[in-house]
Formats: sequence, structure tokens, C-alpha cells
Amino acid sequence: MPYSWFDRNIKWIYTLPAVLFVVVMMVFPILYTVRISFFEWSMSAASPPVWVGLKNYQELFADSRFWNAVLRTFYFTFAALLLEVVLGVAIAALFFRRFRGKDAAKTVLMLPMVATPVAMGLVWLLIYEPTIGAANRVLKSLGLQPLSWLADKHQVIPSLILVDVWEWTPLIALIVMAGMTTLPEEPYESAEVDGASAWQKFVSITLPLLRPTIIIAAMLRLIDVLKTFDIIYATTQGGPGHASETLNIYGYVLAFSHFKLGMASALLVIFFAVVMAFTVLMIWLRNRLGESS
Amino acid sequence: MRGKTWKGRLAVFAVLVLVLAVMAGCSGRSGGSGGSGGSPSSPAASPPPASSQAPAGGGETGQTARPFEGRSITFVIANHPWGEAIKPLLPEFEEATGMTVNVDSFFEDQLTQKLTVQFASGSSTPDVFMYRPLQEGKLFFKNGWLEALDGYVSGSTDYDFADFSKAAVGSTTVDGKLTGIPIITEQEILYYRKDVLAEKGIPVPKTLTELVDAARQLHDPANEFYGFVARGQLSPLVTQVSSFIYSEGGDFITDGKASINTPEALRGMSIYAELLREYGPPGVLNMSWPQAIGVFAQGKVAFYTDASSIYQNATDPEKSNIPDKVGFAMFPAGSAGSRPYNVTSWGLAINAKSQNKDAAWALIEWATSKEIVLKTQKMGNPGARVSVWNNPESTSSYPPELVEVIRESTKGGVDHDRPTVISVGEAREVVGEIVQRMITGASETEIQTIADEANKKLQEIIDRDAQR
Repeated sequence: MPYSWFDRNIKWIYTLPAVLFVVVMMVFPILYTVRISFFEWSMSAASPPVWVGLKNYQELFADSRFWNAVLRTFYFTFAALLLEVVLGVAIAALFFRRFRGKDAAKTVLMLPMVATPVAMGLVWLLIYEPTIGAANRVLKSLGLQPLSWLADKHQVIPSLILVDVWEWTPLIALIVMAGMTTLPEEPYESAEVDGASAWQKFVSITLPLLRPTIIIAAMLRLIDVLKTFDIIYATTQGGPGHASETLNIYGYVLAFSHFKLGMASALLVIFFAVVMAFTVLMIWLRNRLGESS
Repeated sequence: MRGKTWKGRLAVFAVLVLVLAVMAGCSGRSGGSGGSGGSPSSPAASPPPASSQAPAGGGETGQTARPFEGRSITFVIANHPWGEAIKPLLPEFEEATGMTVNVDSFFEDQLTQKLTVQFASGSSTPDVFMYRPLQEGKLFFKNGWLEALDGYVSGSTDYDFADFSKAAVGSTTVDGKLTGIPIITEQEILYYRKDVLAEKGIPVPKTLTELVDAARQLHDPANEFYGFVARGQLSPLVTQVSSFIYSEGGDFITDGKASINTPEALRGMSIYAELLREYGPPGVLNMSWPQAIGVFAQGKVAFYTDASSIYQNATDPEKSNIPDKVGFAMFPAGSAGSRPYNVTSWGLAINAKSQNKDAAWALIEWATSKEIVLKTQKMGNPGARVSVWNNPESTSSYPPELVEVIRESTKGGVDHDRPTVISVGEAREVVGEIVQRMITGASETEIQTIADEANKKLQEIIDRDAQR
């Protein structure tokens, strides 16, 4: 009977579309990238890719521009992530209480997150413009020295971190707020009886209970900050010099400006490994900390 | 049981065969309509199509049979004023030829990326596209992505290809083959504030030394007024520093050898860097042309050097605070005279894998015909046809002073504005590095070391090209 065949294999049949999707859309591109990373290729139709073994990797590891991009990526990621988590939790705590106009404030808070990053990058480019931009206007009106913002190699990464924090702190706040609504009432009641202050309650009850939520929010954000491309490309394209060139930007430059597909792929393979390593680390961390709470 | 599975597999196989047959049928039909499939680098393989009887100028000759009835081609344009000018004219062409033109437009940067990805995957679309000959021309052609157009041009009788300016055609020629038809030409010129110069009694600078002096006198940062602005971003600045280098007697590459560490080249770069460092607005290091002309159009700068083709950003009352106060002048002379670049910044080309090369050429032939170039040029897109430039109607909307400056600049211009190598992107970064270090105030001895190092890198790029 056809039915019995169907019944016996039902677990394969129902999972097949998902498996096919993952293989075609995810596994194949990754394997293909790994393959190209062993070749030298300018995408030419006239001259085929040339097998060069590990040469692309060796050249990258000997390239100071690559290592600078690695350090910059980590600097940008951890500074932005730290600020976003601290501010996000603080904002969530603020919204946990009741006050007038809470819904309106919440809506405004979410605006940066729903805007198109590239468009926001262009808006910030204007804000940061040293002569006619709003940022220096504000500094001057406060009697402070104007800054060069994106045009100075020491100020460019902090300026970009500010944009990322502005855009993505709401995401952390949103997730933490959702987590807060599930907190049990009882610990707070007993703390009330013991005469705990609001700050004590926050530090000793709210934060520990929220730990799994905060870790998940941070994990989601970590992976995304590592991969940040749009706001950097829209504002500085990695400049001035290479002062804001992260791994993602360098990969793009190698592929679409230098037309070194093999080397770009090698860089992306390394980058993929880094992101994977962080993800695994975060999952391990979550399990460890999750158990202990 | 076993038999049933086999039947099932047979059915699947049959369906697959059917699907394949249908697909093959489709591609067979479209394949028959066009290209010879010959090697892209040998234009002789693709016979000059008989499209010269296609109406060159829209409606008048349209009463003959519509030669491309029912055909359709894809046309990719950049987000550029020329694209905006040509779009409303296309229905006329479609009406006359019977073909459908599907237009896609992209921002400059995305355009390169989009074309690269499509060509690399061997796509037969787009059929016709806008490209930047000096930026991508060599690479695209060497990669076998551009159809050589020599045969098409010579097979087209009414086209009058000799009418195109020599420098413009030089920009779109690679290894002696014509790879594209020039549509936008530009020269580096000096933009200045008429009112400010008149008020201070300063004459328009004729030499680079006079320019530096004038910029110094007008520089007044305390009141947010600056002497000079130009591009300071790593890669974008390279094309604009080029005229400074040429006018001091240097070039990026001389007789096939990298020459960016020569005294002439370094002198040109250091004048540019000095102007930006000493008399520029803050933040020049993050300026490409939109930011630079933005600050100029805000009325905050006295002098600005960049391409002539973007003048509308300074003279359009909707974009500029100073629309009627902008003056135009020849690029100031250095110790080797005034030698601005005079190049084709945009061209039209045919995909070597296109299935509709005859229709594609008909579109280019029409879009770059005398009549259409006159129309697009009138709308502010400086073209490459000499006869159109000689027609006063073509520049009726331009500031008269600018027309004079362009005409003068095209006489002695240099036909490239960046190192002419295959890996232009990489070479631009190498050159830009020297200039940025000068702008941030590196000492003269430091600069010599940096420039020697950069010259070595540029030579490596040239040597690598030779092996391709």
C-alpha cells in the first residue's frame, strides 16, 4: 500500500523541505565560498580560476591591513555591545514602571530600529559633517570644541559606535522588557516585607532573574554587531585611510574593488569561523549560567 | 513493493525530462534571435549587424517596418542625470523599432557590484549597460564581459563615429579595441565664488601658485569661511589630484613604469594636500564629491576643483545657496602648464553574452546619435560629439562661462584621470594613501618613504596586469 510507505517514511518526508532549504540556501554557499578561497580568480570568463592552495590564507595572515581589521572589528563589537546591553537594560527597567505617556515614549524609542540602516547612515553622515552638520552645532552651542567625527582616524570608530548604539539599543530594551513581564511577583513581595530598597530589589532580584533573557539578547546582538556593514559603508566606506575598515568592509573591498575573489572568500571563511566560535561560546555560557540560576 | 517504488521513480524521471525539454525549448528560441557566440575579444567573429537601417533618431524613419517587433532587451543605467534624461525618450525608440526596453537603475557603487555578479555568473542580461570606462573598462574587457564594438561602428553608415572626440574615445578603448561608446565627458575645472573674489579684489587664479595665494587670503575659519575644498576620501580623491600631477609634469604611470614617487608627481600631490590641509574646511578626509560640492554650495568656500559635469549641484537654486555666484575657470597652470584630465566618465557597452546584440547595438546607436546626444546634452549631460558641442543649441542651458572653459579644456586634456591598470580600485588606494598622509601632515622625508613604498605597490599591480 502506498499509505504504509508514506507512514513509515513520514519523518523524512515532512522534514525534507526544511533540509533541502538549508542545504541549498546555506550549506552550499558556505562550501562554495570555502572552495573559492583556495583559488585565485577575478571572476573572469576568459581565464578560469587558478588553484593556489593555502596561498590566500597565508597572504592574509601576513597582511597588516587584515590584522588591523580584525582588531577594529573586535573593538567596535565589544564597545558597542557593552553600551547597548547596559543602556538597554536601564531603559527596560525605566519602562517597567508605570508613567504617563509610556506607550508614546515606547513608540519613539523603537523608531531607530525600524528605519533602514543605510538611510540612517546617510542621515548620520550629515549630522557628523564638521562644517554644516548638527553634531558640531550642538557642541558649539554648549561652548565645546567642535570635533572631526568621521573624518578623524581616532574619532571615527567611537562615532560609528554611537550610531550603532543609537540604532540597536532599543532591540535589547525590547527583549528585556518582554522578559520582565514574565517575572514572578512573590520574590518582590517578600523583599518588600524584609524592607529592601528599590535598588536592592533591582540588583538582587530583577537582574538575576533576567540573566537568561539578557544573555540571549546580548547573543543576538553580538552576532549582528560583528557583521555590521551597512552603517559603516554608508558613512565612511572604511575611511579615513583604513581607520574604520572592519573585516566585513575589507572583504567587500577585496571582492568588488580589488576583484580578488579568492582572497575575499578566504577572509570570509575566517570571519565565518570567528562568528561560529563566538556563537558556540555564547551558547555554552548561556547553558552554564542558565543552570546555576 | 519494490516495483511500486520503481514506478514512482520512473514518474519523477518522466516529469524531469518534460521540464528539461520545455526549458530547452525556451532557451533555444531566444538563442536563435541574436549573438554569434564568438569569442568576445575578437569582434570579427560577430558580424556587423544590419541595424544601420534602424531609425537613428526616433520617429521620422519609423514608417519602415519595425525591425525589432516583439523583441525585448534589458538596459541597466546608473542613478545619473543622463539616465534620467534618456528614460523619457525611450518610448519614442520603442515605438519606432517595436522592441521593448526594460530599464533597471542602480546607484553607482551598487551598479559595479550588480554588473560584476551578473557577468561572473555568465548571465546574458543586461544586454546594454552604463559603465565607467576608466574604472572598470579594462577589467571587464579582459574578463571577456564586453563586446568589442569596432565592427558595429564601422558597419553603421549614418552614425558618423569620427564625430566623437578623440580623448573620449581613447578612454573607452582597451588594447586597441573599442569597448564602449562615450556618453558623458568631463574635465577638471576650477569653481570659484565670483562675489567673494570681486569683493576682495582678487583676480581669478591662472596658476596653481596664484590659487594657493588666493586661498590663503580668503581663508577665514573663525567665520566659517574656507579657502579651498576638494575630495579628501582615499579613493575618490585620486581622480581630482590627477590634474595637479599632470600640470606639474608628472603622471601615475610613465612608459609602463609606476611614477608616483617622482618629484613632479609629489609636487602636484603636495599642492593639492597643502590646499586642503591649510585652507580646507574641517573633515575633508571623509569627503567625496557630494560632500565637497555640498560645502561649496552652502557658500562656505572660495575655491573648489572637481569635474565639470557636476556643475548643476552648485548652480541649481534647489541645491545651492549661491546659484548665481559661481564662477568657472580653466584648471590653473602648474610648472608644466594647465593639463586637466579630459575623459569619458560614463559609456554604454554591450554584454558579450547578450542574446540580442543586434537590438542592443540599435539601442546604443540611437542613444548616442547626433539627435539624441543633442537632447541629453541640452539637459545638462556633456556628451562626446564634437558636432553637438559646436551647435550653440546644445549648451543653451549652460552657464556661458562654463561652455567656454569646457571647450578650452578639451583642447589639451589628458585622456585618463586615474592609473590605467586592470585593478583600478587597488591602484587608487595606493595613490590616495600618499595624498591622505600629506593632508594629515606627514613630514617631507616621511612622505618620500611612503611614496617609494606606494610606487613599489603600484609597480606590482602593473606587473601583475602584464601576466593576464
